[in-house]
Amino acid sequence: MDPRVTEHPPPPPRRRLNLAWIGILPFAAFVALFLIAPTMKIVIGAFQRADGSFTLENIFGLFTPTILSSYWVSIKISLASSALGSLIGFLMAAAMVLGGLPRFIRSPLLTFSGVASNFAGVPLAFAFLATLGPLGLVTMWLRTEFGINLRAMGFNILSFWGLTITYIFFQIPLMILIITPALDGLKREWREAAQSLGASATQYWTQVALPILAPNILGTFALLFANAFGAVATAIALTGSSLNIVPIMLFAQIRGDVLGNPHLGYAMAFGMILVTALANVLYIVLRMRSERWLK
Amino acid sequence: MKRAAAWSILLVGMLYFILPLVGMVEFSLSMKRGVYSFEAYRVVFADPQFRQTFSYSVLMAVLTILFGVLLVVPTAFWVRLKLPGLRPYVEFVTLLPLVIPAIVVVFGYIRLYNTSSWLPMTGSVTGTNLLLLFGYSMLSLPYMYRAIDTGLRTIDVATLTEAAQSLGAGWFTILAKIIMPNVLVAVLSGAFVTFAIVMGEFTLAALLDRPAFGPYLQLMGANKAYEPFALSTIAFIITWACMGLIQLVTRLTKHDKAAR
Repeated sequence: MDPRVTEHPPPPPRRRLNLAWIGILPFAAFVALFLIAPTMKIVIGAFQRADGSFTLENIFGLFTPTILSSYWVSIKISLASSALGSLIGFLMAAAMVLGGLPRFIRSPLLTFSGVASNFAGVPLAFAFLATLGPLGLVTMWLRTEFGINLRAMGFNILSFWGLTITYIFFQIPLMILIITPALDGLKREWREAAQSLGASATQYWTQVALPILAPNILGTFALLFANAFGAVATAIALTGSSLNIVPIMLFAQIRGDVLGNPHLGYAMAFGMILVTALANVLYIVLRMRSERWLK
Repeated sequence: MKRAAAWSILLVGMLYFILPLVGMVEFSLSMKRGVYSFEAYRVVFADPQFRQTFSYSVLMAVLTILFGVLLVVPTAFWVRLKLPGLRPYVEFVTLLPLVIPAIVVVFGYIRLYNTSSWLPMTGSVTGTNLLLLFGYSMLSLPYMYRAIDTGLRTIDVATLTEAAQSLGAGWFTILAKIIMPNVLVAVLSGAFVTFAIVMGEFTLAALLDRPAFGPYLQLMGANKAYEPFALSTIAFIITWACMGLIQLVTRLTKHDKAAR
């Protein structure tokens, strides 16, 4: 489960003057050495030449057709998988919370979401290869039972849609985990008030419930976007190096400097930080907005 | 009508989740032509490389958990007790590993701690192992910190500490004998998540070139037909077991508290 799920707005900090800060020195040293410093090394490196002088050349160097297209494909996959993941996750959570289903459904579904959102990486890629790959379970079944040849229809698991379908396996559960508390927070009184004013079910949803949920849904969408954008292992295990997306290119660059310029690699990684950081900031901002109505 | 729609949405959704798992298990059992068998598992278990990488990852997971607990429990305790004003900032920092992609951080490790740097960790096997250990701890930090901090919220840290101090306990005794037993469930759930993360991790281990389970799995996938599916099934069972254990310990303590 994602620790970002229940974020609280920080209480106002208090000032203290004592030596208690010594107690968190080990933690501060760890974070500085193994999280902040490595990241700063990349960020600063993105603006440096090999001799250490300042430059914007590396950033401009990103604007080549190969690198731009890798960013573009990555963004498209992240958008598609987070849109589908949000939509399906929302529908499933709404069905569970508001669909009048027995309560015993809830706990197993949330537990399963916890597992599935953590089941990413290499094994997930193989699960989908075994299902939608050329010899996969569903591929073969469709061919023998219905004569539908997915491959002839242009579907390939090692492609944009293949990767998108695989990614939503960890996107949907994350959406379910985050949106369920929000759906629980929809007060019965709001629906009753709308009904007593003569609103139809559609009007209630489009004019009351969805506007209240909107910051939450959009925020989660941003979070899912960052989630997909940074996914490395699934992409590599599934497609090897056949698909040109940012994490795969960066992986190849770190391994063997395929771009022929180490500082261009820094710039690429910097671009990745920028995209995921923006998506996360959007999540936090929208999350704080949504807490006005939903506690 | 509404209930039927809800059921069908859930069933179609669950089908999407179940089919890949069925496909994976089915493939892992099909190594012998025409019959289901555990042949792929037998081959996998007989592979010395499997045993080596698997036990390497288990060892790394245990060490990561130990290091994480030693780092996070005192920090979270101290921040709650003495530096409550810093809490939001510490919490923010612990969430950063979810914001900065792991591949970027490990790229930084390789550049910052290479053989010609001030701290040449990648120069030796022990150093690289240590770097990987720290990397794993960094990855699990958000989960570990949140679990333990939530655990600390349920107890009155200040009163317990004062009571222990008035009886003459030192900081080590307070942490080991008062705080730890009280947040044990939280520590365990953090530990299980960490275990699941480390066992399946690929990027860090691959780029630091360490013989862990994740890169082995990827390598097998590129070269073998059925074994990768058996390995993936094993990985899935590990994830399930870890999440199941979290549920179990959480539930057990709830009963425990209700009984009192």
